[in-house]
Amino acid sequence: MIVLPIAVPLVAAALSLLLSRWRTAQRAISVLTCVAVVVLATVILFEADANTAIVSQLGGWPAPFGITLIADRFAAIMLLISSIMTVVVLVYALGQLDDEREFRLHFHPVYLVLSAGISASFLTGDLFNLFVAFEVMLIASYVLITLGATRGQIRAGMTYVVINLLASTLFVAAVAFIYAATGTVNMAQLAIRLAELPDGLRTALGYLLLVVFGVKAGIFPLFFWLPDSYPAAPAPVTALFAGLLTKVGVYTLIRTQTLLFPPGGGSSQVILIIAGATMLIGVLGAIAQNDIKRILSFHIISQIGYMIFGLGLFTLAGIAGAVYYIVHHIVVKTSLFLVGGMIETASGSGTLRNLGGVARRAPVLGLLFLTAAFSLAGLPPFSGFVAKLALIQEGLDLQRGGIVAVSLLVSLLTLFSMTKIWGGAFWGKPQDVKGVIDGTERPLTMKLNPLMLGATTVLVGLSVVISVAATPLYALSERAAETLVDRQPYIEAVLGPDQVALP
Amino acid sequence: MRSSLILDTVTRGAFPLVLVFSLYLLFVGHNAPGGGFVGGLTAGAAFVLLYAGGGIQRVHEVVPMRYENVLGAGLLLAGVTGLGSLVLGEPFLSSAIVKWHPPLLGEIKLVTVLFFDIGVYVIVVGMVIALLTVLGAYGDDPDRMPSMVDRPATTRRDRRGIRRTRQ
Repeated sequence: MIVLPIAVPLVAAALSLLLSRWRTAQRAISVLTCVAVVVLATVILFEADANTAIVSQLGGWPAPFGITLIADRFAAIMLLISSIMTVVVLVYALGQLDDEREFRLHFHPVYLVLSAGISASFLTGDLFNLFVAFEVMLIASYVLITLGATRGQIRAGMTYVVINLLASTLFVAAVAFIYAATGTVNMAQLAIRLAELPDGLRTALGYLLLVVFGVKAGIFPLFFWLPDSYPAAPAPVTALFAGLLTKVGVYTLIRTQTLLFPPGGGSSQVILIIAGATMLIGVLGAIAQNDIKRILSFHIISQIGYMIFGLGLFTLAGIAGAVYYIVHHIVVKTSLFLVGGMIETASGSGTLRNLGGVARRAPVLGLLFLTAAFSLAGLPPFSGFVAKLALIQEGLDLQRGGIVAVSLLVSLLTLFSMTKIWGGAFWGKPQDVKGVIDGTERPLTMKLNPLMLGATTVLVGLSVVISVAATPLYALSERAAETLVDRQPYIEAVLGPDQVALP
Repeated sequence: MRSSLILDTVTRGAFPLVLVFSLYLLFVGHNAPGGGFVGGLTAGAAFVLLYAGGGIQRVHEVVPMRYENVLGAGLLLAGVTGLGSLVLGEPFLSSAIVKWHPPLLGEIKLVTVLFFDIGVYVIVVGMVIALLTVLGAYGDDPDRMPSMVDRPATTRRDRRGIRRTRQ
């Protein structure tokens, strides 16, 4: 059952290729598949929540010899939220992409392969197939980030491809080292065997994976590729990458650090320092930028700091906070990028200097942006407030005053840079770059594509739902964190009841 | 692109041989080194040889299909093989084994995972054809840019208000 979110999009991608001359069929296949994955993910989440984890051994070969797929609560939550994002962004893309990009350059099959890769990254139960899933996802993302092949995209795409290839090489080397040291790549068995290794070796392997997934997640000091490459892609692609792809990195970071390399007792000082630096550098970068997409890209980095903060605390409440934060962040960040993309599509520029008066020209965009921006900054009663409150409370309980102070300061600076976008783009005299280029008078009201507006509204609505339903969602995050902190259920689900990990 | 007589003649003989060897690799892959990916790469090399001898037209003469269809067919075959076992209530990609004893040939063992491998083989061949079609068209005729990156012409006014058509 849990193989379906991976297999169905792949088969759909095949059909989409075969029907690549029938545009309506391609669109229908993509939409139906993405919706089907949401339904599957919902069922998986309910089952995983009831049974702690569901496991499937591919081809019937038993673990640790075969390929294991496992959906515990954390994986199931990530699967559901990511599948919802793919639906929303797909609808937005149908409104935004021109025919050239959408059909001649094969957006649809590639998008479906990307969706399969993301699902596989969440569901895989062994380290080597995690690498395979990452590659499926990344190769699709290389195509999407250069979709249209403009000069800027090729330049930015080069950075993106080279950095990711380097990280992937390091990843596969790390898997080889781990296999050499333990004789297995099955994560449940690794959890047992890594604990038997000498401390020095274990720490080295742990940090190697920290670097690998750190590059993918964009943590300090490995984030430099991110704000450079993301803004170049078409708006829906940037939104999906910003919302999801770095979070797949964070997911694997949390998965490997909790399951394979739990710090012996208490918080991890190194991860907390990285978290603080990531938050601060990211937000300072954002303040220095003058382009909507670039400001938002730097914010991704700063926000990832908060998730790593939760991981670094390494307590039940800390990790639960991180899980909730990821869910909140994916929704809010994607919707901010979608709003930014609409402004750019409608007025021809994302640079603040060229923009103005959007709040008067399209009040609905102002409302959507403010809701998402306040949530990102963590103003009550939005979802960001709940997420940050959880982390900061736990930080104070553990007497980690430094990181708490940093995170509060960063929240303030986040709000500041959001007001910068607001002041530059939404207030002021209505300006329109397209109007200047065409030499035509353009109507005061902005023309918005109904598909794009609809998708964005649904997403901002979802972020409101996340804040309203904070109590049950936070409870779910806590249950997810339980299986992350106590690794026994995961190991037993994969290997059977008689396997025990050393503490 | 100018075709080379010697290369073209050699290719006519070598192409079927390489293809047969690639099929051999595909079929022994279950228990010995080989398999769909390796077999597909070998067949792909045969198509590159064909391209080097007679240009992209030769490749299209041999495989008169759009590369999208080749890729799609391979992926569909591989995916449906995996899902088939799911329909029968077994885990994804479980394979059934059929043993068969025809006269003279000894034992023939057919494993359903072979269809998955054939799918992989077709995908790899399709990918090579896609590369030759998209990038190779440029090698044939440097004046023609790769068609994947062609952009429709747009007209805009420059700073002095003169209409300019941009390719």
